[in-house]
Amino acid sequence: MSETVQKILHAHPFLVGLPEGTGGLIADCARIATFEPGELLLTEGEPADTILLLQHGRVAVEAHRPAGGSLWIETIGPGHLVGLSWAAPPFHWQFDARALEPVAAVAIDVHRLRAELGRHPEIGVALLDRMVERLVARLQATRLQLLDLHALGDDDPR
Amino acid sequence: MTIRAETTAPAERDRGPLTPEPYRVVGRTVEVGDVVTLSLEPCDARAAPPFSHGQFNMVTAFGVGEVAVSIAGSTVERDRIEHSVRDVGAVTHALCGAAVGTVVGLRGPFGRGWRVEQLPDGPDVVVVAGGIGLAPLRSALRDLVARERDGRGRVFVVAGARSPDQVLYADDLDGWRRSGSHVAVTVDVGTPGWDGPVGVVTTLLTDLPFEPEGAWALTCGPEIMMRFVARSLVGRGVQPRQILVSLERNMQCGIGICGHCQLGPLLVCRDGPVVPYGGVADRLFLERGR
Repeated sequence: MSETVQKILHAHPFLVGLPEGTGGLIADCARIATFEPGELLLTEGEPADTILLLQHGRVAVEAHRPAGGSLWIETIGPGHLVGLSWAAPPFHWQFDARALEPVAAVAIDVHRLRAELGRHPEIGVALLDRMVERLVARLQATRLQLLDLHALGDDDPR
Repeated sequence: MTIRAETTAPAERDRGPLTPEPYRVVGRTVEVGDVVTLSLEPCDARAAPPFSHGQFNMVTAFGVGEVAVSIAGSTVERDRIEHSVRDVGAVTHALCGAAVGTVVGLRGPFGRGWRVEQLPDGPDVVVVAGGIGLAPLRSALRDLVARERDGRGRVFVVAGARSPDQVLYADDLDGWRRSGSHVAVTVDVGTPGWDGPVGVVTTLLTDLPFEPEGAWALTCGPEIMMRFVARSLVGRGVQPRQILVSLERNMQCGIGICGHCQLGPLLVCRDGPVVPYGGVADRLFLERGR
């Protein structure tokens, strides 16, 4: 187990408040990953087998455009989770994630984590609750984004 | 501290509060695509009436109609008054197209504003604006940033826009950032060259490094945005009575007699447009089909 990883996980906002032992269990399945600005953390279509917990740096989530190039649809910052496609079939990344600046993250091997959580279901449930909390927040933000509020507005129609 | 509930009376006029005074357009700035800022001076060379941050005027495009517009300019510059207008209908279209020299009508100022002068020294102040919602906050922010420089309370500004080219008052935002305030601007869709975050304003509130204990919040923007902003701030520990929202309703008379802007027991033109979220949350945000 890497002490560095465990130290980072101990202070990571995503894990704060989870049962004792969660950080240690995750650390057994994790490593530090760093990315240069412009480098892809996740690539659309590739197997989604890693959970990335951002420690430093911001990441842009991008969608490919049919005409070429990409559309930047979300920014994720330190303390948050990058990529959710590892959680549900078909287990392939649905978007690209690109480093906007030097990025450091804890990269967790999903297969090893699943095996560990099978042996520690109480931690699995706590992690799942935390995941759902973040998923709901992201879903609500996405719905607001879909509303295109700034175009819609509430302006007096006069 | 409790925000006092006094009503700011319209300035004295020769012809009463329902008759527009003539003002001349002396400056016109296209801020972003559909938003124009007009600088207006009274035609009769008198000083413009004093106003408080967050109050509004009824502005007339002669021959077209009248519309409520928040005051965006400085409370100190008495020789002129500034309005940022978004082109969304016949009246605002005429106002946005008004060239320098055009005479428009103006009644006001009306309503209760942000009353930042009543905020206690010390606690953080969070200001959240969406799109044109930054206009009614602009003059308040100038004072809040100056107040922060005097060590009277930190200011955290979160502004949202549809895209980078739609960010209102970008120079002001840069200036406030350079002054030491925490300024975050987010857009719904990023474009090449954009260096800020992408996402709705609520996503920035989760990690905003302000101290919720005793904090005050001022928010203006689309009502749905304000609803989620207020909920998020309450979730962070801000007291609902210390979250001020600026309402947009069908203001007509501006002095609380016609009832067009009624919201439950409130007449928004008189009792608002700025009200504590704690006092309206149940009525305002559960209102349907108005």
